[in-house]
Amino acid sequence: MPAEITGANQIAIDAAYLVTGIAFILGLRFLSNPKTARLGNTISMAGMALALIATGFQLDFGAAWWILAVGLGGGAAVGIYSARAVKMTAMPQMVALFNGAGGGAAAMVATAEFLRENPGLNPVSWDQSLAVVLSTIIGAISFTGSIVAFLKLQELMTGRPITYPAQQVVNGAIALAIVVAAGMTIANVDAVPAYFVALAAAALLGILFVLPIGGADMPVIISLLNSFTGLAAAMTGFVLGNNVLIISGALVGASGTLLTMLMSKAMNRSIANVLFGAFGKVSTDAGPTQGSGGSGTVREATVDDVATMLAYAKHVVIVPGYGMAVAQAQHSVRELADQLEKKGVEVKYAIHPVAGRMPGHMNVLLAEANVPYPALCDMEDINPEFPRTDVALVIGANDVTNPAARNVPSSPIYGMPILDVDKAHNVVVLKRSMKPGFAGIDNPLYELPNTMMLFGDAKASIDNLIGAVKAL
Amino acid sequence: MSAHLLAELTVFVLAVFVGFEVISKVPTTLHTPLMSATNAIHGIVLVGALLVAIVAAPKLGPALSVIVVFLASLNVFGGYVVTQRMLAMFKTRASGPRDGAKR
Repeated sequence: MPAEITGANQIAIDAAYLVTGIAFILGLRFLSNPKTARLGNTISMAGMALALIATGFQLDFGAAWWILAVGLGGGAAVGIYSARAVKMTAMPQMVALFNGAGGGAAAMVATAEFLRENPGLNPVSWDQSLAVVLSTIIGAISFTGSIVAFLKLQELMTGRPITYPAQQVVNGAIALAIVVAAGMTIANVDAVPAYFVALAAAALLGILFVLPIGGADMPVIISLLNSFTGLAAAMTGFVLGNNVLIISGALVGASGTLLTMLMSKAMNRSIANVLFGAFGKVSTDAGPTQGSGGSGTVREATVDDVATMLAYAKHVVIVPGYGMAVAQAQHSVRELADQLEKKGVEVKYAIHPVAGRMPGHMNVLLAEANVPYPALCDMEDINPEFPRTDVALVIGANDVTNPAARNVPSSPIYGMPILDVDKAHNVVVLKRSMKPGFAGIDNPLYELPNTMMLFGDAKASIDNLIGAVKAL
Repeated sequence: MSAHLLAELTVFVLAVFVGFEVISKVPTTLHTPLMSATNAIHGIVLVGALLVAIVAAPKLGPALSVIVVFLASLNVFGGYVVTQRMLAMFKTRASGPRDGAKR
């Protein structure tokens, strides 16, 4: 722990930490409006800087200056570079990676404290031990879980759910091992080996519990992992007796929990159902999907058909999904909307709460393309408008438009609130192929008489549409 | 349970309530920047990382000490820069009237 600090200095440091806590709260408060959000983030950054300066007075640079230089400098350089270089479409995995870094750091700080207390020799109070163990376990789960989430989102491994027999039993056994090892650590029975068993088991559980999560459930899992890292940081605060860590961690924990609940609610599923749920089961046997044109009931459209339909419509609603992000089509989408508006068409965007791979994913992409945010409509606002919508243009969205969620009780997504695009006069679906979405569920929308499919890469299709609309 | 722990627990519980209160006011449009902003905030664990790593004889040893500071630092700097980038996109559009924000 830090070098001895005299009373007056300690008070000054604690006061600085208090200011940091206030800055974080204000920073989040200002996020409630797009106009003040940037100021909020600046305040939050200033708070962070203050906390780091205050911490600087407690450090012993003499011996460890190079650790500071390499660690802090390296982290800052890599962090700033990657944050600047990353494409907006790759934002979810970037956030997952930073989140994992925080979780890993929290677990390691707890480990350092555990080793310093030297529980093999000294009795440690149970509450101190408990904080160390919780910080370690939650941090480790968040670390490995975030890395798996990153790998899935970056498509370095399959984004589909990975399931195997007795998955729940295996996870349960590991969870039990964590509890036992944690208990032994706290009871000071073979504390050191028990501690490392808990650490290793938690790291393993982090990997295993994210594996069966399908791409479409990613917004839930990303929020949940965010909340974990927050809690781990708060626990680290208990370990170090540091209020600023406790406050900040609690804020993040609360935020992540709230978002997790919002996302699950948007899918009408419990968090437990997302974590242990049914989505994974379906995809494994989704082999017999109809190939392109295999089913006679699917109507394929040409670019000119669609362009004409769009240009002579009154109301067009664009329904973006993860496919838009993958194709990086947001700028083209905006341009198409501009062209249509020039022809007097009213264009709106329907945003499903879980469209994309993180909360608000579509909003941020469309914001990047300079779509004014009042044009983005939430599900409950836009759904009543579909019956008087001339064309619903579905761009890379699948499960969130699947009418089976409304009327097929046997469907795995039955009960999930969806965008009622099927109620529009015409539906145009831009899709790469007839492959089902991440959930691996067939979408009856594609076989409706008012639906037309425009196959191909979303960006290429939209660019073609722009050309065709201009030519009209 | 020590009085000290109880004081810390009080701070924690109150901060959770403040967190819920403040976050529930953030509109859907800003949920991605919100995640990113809170992501940067938990980078505060860098304070802890510095406290355990930058001492005369760090318990983790030099290599792991570098890693712990690196990870936390990556979290802080990366988190804030990404958030700034996202929010800048929302800022450039003065076209939006007041309402679209609230939800």
